Amino acid sequence: MTVLDGAGPLAAPRHLLSIDDLDRAGIERILDRAASFGEVAEREIKKVPALRGRTIVNLFYEASTRTSSSFELAAKRLSADVVSIRAATSSVTKGESLKDTIATLTAYDPAAIVIRSPHAGAAQLVARWTDAAVVNAGDGKHEHPTQALLDVYALRRRLGALDGKRIWIVGDVLHSRVARSDILAFARMGAEVTVAGPPTLIPRGIEALGCTVATSLDELGEADVIYVLRMQHERMSEAYVPSLREYAMRFQVDTARLQPHQLLMHPGPVNRGVELSGDAIDSPQALITQQVEAGVVVRMAVLYELLAGSGAAAEAPAPATDRAEAVPTA
Amino acid sequence: MSVQQLFGATRPPAQLLLRGAHALDPRSDLDGPADVLVRDGAIAEISAAGALAVPDGVETLDAEGLHLFPAFFDPHVHLRTPGQEHKETIASGTAAAAAGGYCGVVAMPNTSPTLDDASQLRAVREQAEREARVPVGFMPAITRGLVGGELTEMAELRDAGALGFTDDGRPVVAAGMLRRALQYQRLCGGVIALHEEDPSLSGHGVMHEGAVSARLGMAGIPSISESTMVARDAAIAAYEQARVHFQHLSCVESVEALAAWKAAGARVSGEASPHHLTLTDETVRSLDSRFKMNPPLRTEADRQALIAGLRDGTIECVATDHAPHARHEKEVPFEEAPMGVTGLETAFPVIVVERMTAGAALLDLPTPRVAVGEPANLTLVDLGESWEVGARGYASKSGNSCFEGRTLRGVVRLTLAAGAVAHRVEVGVGAAA
Repeated sequence: MTVLDGAGPLAAPRHLLSIDDLDRAGIERILDRAASFGEVAEREIKKVPALRGRTIVNLFYEASTRTSSSFELAAKRLSADVVSIRAATSSVTKGESLKDTIATLTAYDPAAIVIRSPHAGAAQLVARWTDAAVVNAGDGKHEHPTQALLDVYALRRRLGALDGKRIWIVGDVLHSRVARSDILAFARMGAEVTVAGPPTLIPRGIEALGCTVATSLDELGEADVIYVLRMQHERMSEAYVPSLREYAMRFQVDTARLQPHQLLMHPGPVNRGVELSGDAIDSPQALITQQVEAGVVVRMAVLYELLAGSGAAAEAPAPATDRAEAVPTA
Repeated sequence: MSVQQLFGATRPPAQLLLRGAHALDPRSDLDGPADVLVRDGAIAEISAAGALAVPDGVETLDAEGLHLFPAFFDPHVHLRTPGQEHKETIASGTAAAAAGGYCGVVAMPNTSPTLDDASQLRAVREQAEREARVPVGFMPAITRGLVGGELTEMAELRDAGALGFTDDGRPVVAAGMLRRALQYQRLCGGVIALHEEDPSLSGHGVMHEGAVSARLGMAGIPSISESTMVARDAAIAAYEQARVHFQHLSCVESVEALAAWKAAGARVSGEASPHHLTLTDETVRSLDSRFKMNPPLRTEADRQALIAGLRDGTIECVATDHAPHARHEKEVPFEEAPMGVTGLETAFPVIVVERMTAGAALLDLPTPRVAVGEPANLTLVDLGESWEVGARGYASKSGNSCFEGRTLRGVVRLTLAAGAVAHRVEVGVGAAA
């Protein structure tokens, strides 16, 4: 492999902690791999033996339905042994117990640890403490890279390339790790990203991620894709907006605002009647179900790329026979 | 001064001839190779290099090639005693100070329990007299328990040796409470030192609010959280003609407010820390909790404003805000980690001389000087030698240095504090020539 300077493509990463670990070619490699697994998913037997005999730990410090179940299913479809842990979080000693927990889990010699944590940088810390490949399944309000990859995957299947597409991310950007990873991933794939929401929910300095900011939906008609974020009721106690009613009047995406040429996305779970109206969710432009479907194959691709694909660490190659069987032609 | 205000263990007074070091002390008009004779812990003679004969009973240190400075003074450190001795003790914190070239430090009151009454002050004084390697001054709390509800018995605390008062770690939120403390200062004296922050603006912030916090998705502490309180409290100080010192300034707007109120005649002063003078919030992209402190590291423009403020005298001195935390406490996700970094052992090579001694004058203490008749408060530094921070451990009990792993130039070889040898690196001293 050639040694590349800073301007060249990123080396295949050992972990997936942030979208910043991937350049455009790296994202495309994962999405192409996901597409090939998509063919497997259409077979009657949806399993490939790529990670047979290897252990994947899912460590979730936050409630999650679709992310944890899709990681679990992805690992099982790759024939890995899966241990899923839903850890209760205490307040201050959480970090300590995280380090201790990782030390304990490392004793099982896992090939990968998938971690979700309420704290930014937790996945990065875990990567420092273990030899396993680490996948960030959401850390605080920082990043959720596999969500961004599945969003790009679902969009690519509908639109082809994202180059020049206008994508509006609408709602509570301040508290959204999905927004941060999506801004980075969409921009890297050539889209023009705008974030829109009440100024109290748009973090100061967000433009530095490569997006423009709007504080109304007046220009929403220019968007090719509207990506609506979940409005979290518990935030309302801190009065970021005066009321959900006023928020919905200004920022709810409904069929009056959603135009026929526009695609609609949402990371789930949706608050019907708050950020999205019921009829918008059920409209033909909505990709929400496709996003969920993409979750399994994209996470299969991430695990495969880190553990058995071109990015796999030299110390843990998949047996050649497995690899030959496992890789469907993309 | 009638009341004793610095407390340290009694150590044998030094008898030393420091030969040939480049002595540098602008206050004494010294800038060149010299022999400095220390007898019975005081500077007895200064003369041209090689001119002094060695008196009986005096050890000679060949210091050619090294630099001799007045030892440094830090008006802002956390010695964590009592209550958090797993982070630092008076012995280890003052050993770190000595290793950094300091001849005196001032301990903050946010201990457990809070240093807020005279009996506790007497207890920590006694402990300092047993184990402090360099003299320690104490600043008890302005308000009991640091909660801003009622004043401490400031007059009694002053009689017991309090240098001044601070609620450091927290602001005095209510303007009326601060005003009362400043009025009471007229009765008892003692500088009032303020940690400036508006909790309603800081919220749950863990780092500077800006492009980096937006990227990392972490709650930000905006600059205005500090600067609006600096402006408010400088106005109250001016109104009451009180003496107020602003701790660890971090942003452009605070430096501007301080300069404006000084120009208006307010008796206000400021300090800046080595980390705010050298690092920015860009370091937080690493998500390393060693870059977490309060106030947070801010932008390059803020850093430049602090340097300019230090140069033009708006900011009087460098203070480390040495804030030790145990390794396990810092080895957690950034948002969970405690605020604070150590600083005593790295301040000098990070900052270099300027305003390293000025902290004493803020507290009406004599400024360390290289001058005949002065107590020997001296630090001997090898500017030709570099060292990797942390490679050989720390004198402090804690290793949460934001400079760990960096190579810094300038090794402290010898520190004389209050006339006694407080720190000495045997290897290399005298061998530098």
